[in-house]
Amino acid sequence: MNSPSHTETQVLIIGGGATGTALARDLALRGVDCILVEKDDINSGASGHNHGLLHSGARYVASDRQTAMECRAEGAILKSVAAQTIENTGGYFVAVQGDDERYVADFPSLCARAGIAARAVDLTAARALEPALSERTIAVFEVPDASIDPFRLSLESMAHARSLGARLMRRSRVLGFERDGRRIRAVRVQCGSEELRVEAAQIVNAAGAWARELALLAAAPVEMAYFKGTLLVTHTRLASRVVNRLRLPADADILMPGGTVSIAGTTSTPVDALDDIYPTTAEVDLIVAEAARMLPPLETMRYIRAYAGVRPLVGAPGAGGGRAVSRGYALFDHEDQGLDNLATITGGKLTTCRLMAERAADLVCRRLGVTRPCLTATTPLPVAPECGWTEPGRSARAWMRSHARDDTLLCECELVPGRAVDAIYDALRAQGDAPTLTDIGLRSRVGKGACQGAFCAPRTVAHLYNRGDFQARRGLAEILDFFGERWRGERAVLWGEQLAQAELMEALHCGVFGEELQAEELRTEDLRGEVSP
Amino acid sequence: MSSARQDSCDVAVIGAGMAGMAAALFAAERGLKCIQVGNSGGLLFASGLLDLLGVQPVAEGRLWQSPFEALAALAREEPLHPLARVDARSIRSAFDSFVAALGGSGLHYAPLGERNRKVLTSIGTIKTTYGVPRSMIAGADLLDARPPCLLLDFRGLREFSAAQIAATLGERWPGLRHRQIEFPGGEALPELYGAHLARALESAETRARAIALVKPLLGDAHAVGFPAVLGLARSGDVHAAFEAGLGVPVFEIPTMPTSVPGLRLLRALEGLMSARGVHRHHQAGARALTFDADGATATLELEGISTGSGGERVFARAVVLATGRFSGRGLSADRAGVRESLLGLPVQQPASRAAWHQRDFLDPSGHAINRAGLRVDDAWRPLDAGGTPAWPRLHAVGSILAHQDWMRSKCGAGLAIATAWAAIDQVTRELRGTAAG
Repeated sequence: MNSPSHTETQVLIIGGGATGTALARDLALRGVDCILVEKDDINSGASGHNHGLLHSGARYVASDRQTAMECRAEGAILKSVAAQTIENTGGYFVAVQGDDERYVADFPSLCARAGIAARAVDLTAARALEPALSERTIAVFEVPDASIDPFRLSLESMAHARSLGARLMRRSRVLGFERDGRRIRAVRVQCGSEELRVEAAQIVNAAGAWARELALLAAAPVEMAYFKGTLLVTHTRLASRVVNRLRLPADADILMPGGTVSIAGTTSTPVDALDDIYPTTAEVDLIVAEAARMLPPLETMRYIRAYAGVRPLVGAPGAGGGRAVSRGYALFDHEDQGLDNLATITGGKLTTCRLMAERAADLVCRRLGVTRPCLTATTPLPVAPECGWTEPGRSARAWMRSHARDDTLLCECELVPGRAVDAIYDALRAQGDAPTLTDIGLRSRVGKGACQGAFCAPRTVAHLYNRGDFQARRGLAEILDFFGERWRGERAVLWGEQLAQAELMEALHCGVFGEELQAEELRTEDLRGEVSP
Repeated sequence: MSSARQDSCDVAVIGAGMAGMAAALFAAERGLKCIQVGNSGGLLFASGLLDLLGVQPVAEGRLWQSPFEALAALAREEPLHPLARVDARSIRSAFDSFVAALGGSGLHYAPLGERNRKVLTSIGTIKTTYGVPRSMIAGADLLDARPPCLLLDFRGLREFSAAQIAATLGERWPGLRHRQIEFPGGEALPELYGAHLARALESAETRARAIALVKPLLGDAHAVGFPAVLGLARSGDVHAAFEAGLGVPVFEIPTMPTSVPGLRLLRALEGLMSARGVHRHHQAGARALTFDADGATATLELEGISTGSGGERVFARAVVLATGRFSGRGLSADRAGVRESLLGLPVQQPASRAAWHQRDFLDPSGHAINRAGLRVDDAWRPLDAGGTPAWPRLHAVGSILAHQDWMRSKCGAGLAIATAWAAIDQVTRELRGTAAG
């Protein structure tokens, strides 16, 4: 039925972030057949490069009440259907001396108008519960913010969708669209060395920041602007709750709990291009200086990593054809651009990904004549055993519980046992994939601790060779890929203890292993070094 | 103890890594009364291989077969590099002395020659080095002909996979086979630790059981490679016993740090310090270093878990600073810049933190921060902000020095040993002219 170069489906989804995976699940639950193509891996874009905040909505009560109310509603839904991905930490909004006192005074009524529960907290009590708060704190409100693991959310959404028949194609890039009048007849996709034609009745562009590029490829442009956001990961967790700065949205106004660490952010810098996005030392310094006004220990905290993502912001309503549904996210039907089977869903928040998927699925189903309603607001997201390894502490618990003779600890920072790597590897393998070290890193805590992979990456590779999964020189290439990616985030926070850590990493990988010279070592043919300068 | 204890010496060496150990050893061998301060734990990260100079220039990744030709090129191209400031004869003498001393302490190296050697690493890469422990040399010798060989690992020794090494080299070395075996006595353990295995193999019985397990696997193997766990204090004997028992050359491959070869080096050097009468304050750190007005004596205040409330003072006629870089704590960095940790000596460094590191981890040029460090005069004296020596008898050696990137040049041990030799040479000459302390 499906020759290697041709396949058919009802809906082709482009993009494997929070929205794309939620859409695959939504459609699968309505009995619609779909394929999700992702040029890289799950959450490779903004979905995997944000602070993991499940918004109460309080952040937007003044600037965008519609988004605030959507966040409030969606936050409550995700807490009930995807509880395993959420740490219900609660959140504080904190003002310090010098902050706009009028905004502080208006905040409770703004929250009330958006239906968001905000309770004033006594300053002494707040500082007893969150000792890192500044002595210069002048107001604290408690709101129902929470922390969400975006990787687990997307991985489990996709796993659920797959269990219902959806297909996932990672590392598959859209090359072009074959147009036939008002329809896209087929989408050409590069997967590995092979080119595939996908014929789909409906196509949804859920490519996040890359949606502009895709829409242009389909000759149905949408206007979008890109904003780069940088975040910092601390070595230890500084606060148990989400701590927001009580002011209008601005740089460095949040500290998120993220399991065993805290995440400080963010910046917002307009950028033109999507490649070559990396955190700079200037952004890091800005975040440290500004966030430390609210939480002074951040000034001297050890940071283990920084990362940057690109937020897509959709242009003014109507600008790109179709209609912008709200300022938060946008759904384009492209019909006034002469296309009846393409939709673009982009912008928005991690918190509203389910809603965005629902709106896109509603459009697609209407076009397909499918009348089954959306089920994602009420259907619990099933726990998928191979998707839970991004949770800090889970692998440690598993390892302590069943420390079997044939199970070794591969990562000592985050206590990742060989068994976790096996589970992830085997699950990907079962999908017909050739899993890489980077794939394993995305789905586990490997490389997430203080050593940033210096020790656990070679150990994991050794483990995979011992299992017979890796052959030839592949391990070396994967170690270099993995470090390359980690390094982009690490280099802007290298001072103090983390600089000493990075020095050890280079001493091992360059000093002892000579990884940077292997091309040269092999070129000097007979391994003895017969290169005579 | 309430009153401060005091001690005096000719030369105080601050630091107990490779450079500090070499400096203390060379000082003692010249009859200087030496006190050494500092934790030696950093040596655990050593591989046991003694690099001299493998790559020059770094940006071209050019490998040299002769370290001495590489040194000559370095002297032409980077005259400020610390190794370019030590003459070749001194470097040879330094290595000969260091390796001979280690041999006397039970850690034997293969004879040092004119050429660099290539050895296998635990991830299957090939590394250019110079001084190779006797227990590893057969592996280097085999890289010429690549005859059929057997690589072994022990189940549970998680950072060493013989399968990985064989697979990585397989295309170029088809006769390289691999097997995993159970470590005798470790069958029930999920994880094995190199140091435990090394100690266990010093028992003749465990060794015999290991040899009996390996022997039937030999086949056509001309040699057998093991992870570097063949003995600790008596590694020479253990290695010899394996060769005798198996009837073929046996070689070790260094494992990931912290490794048994690092531990052997640490033990051998600590043994040498005590044999040569170096007084070690190995649990203490240097809290402060001051110099008297007439330039005759330095006072070192110590701080550490072994000292009483009054602390300890060391008076020294000369001081060698061998405190290393960031992981050794000789240099410290915050967001604004790099400082020398003990005295606040000026550090040669890039203009801003944005220039410290390249965008790519393996950028061929290396990271600019790695060339930051202390500037010294021809007598190895760190320079103050005005460009003059900070104190007439304060000398700096090893990786804390500026204008070098030992990780990329493959010159770590060479930098430590050669600059220690040259600085102690200088100290000896300085002190010879003055009355004994």
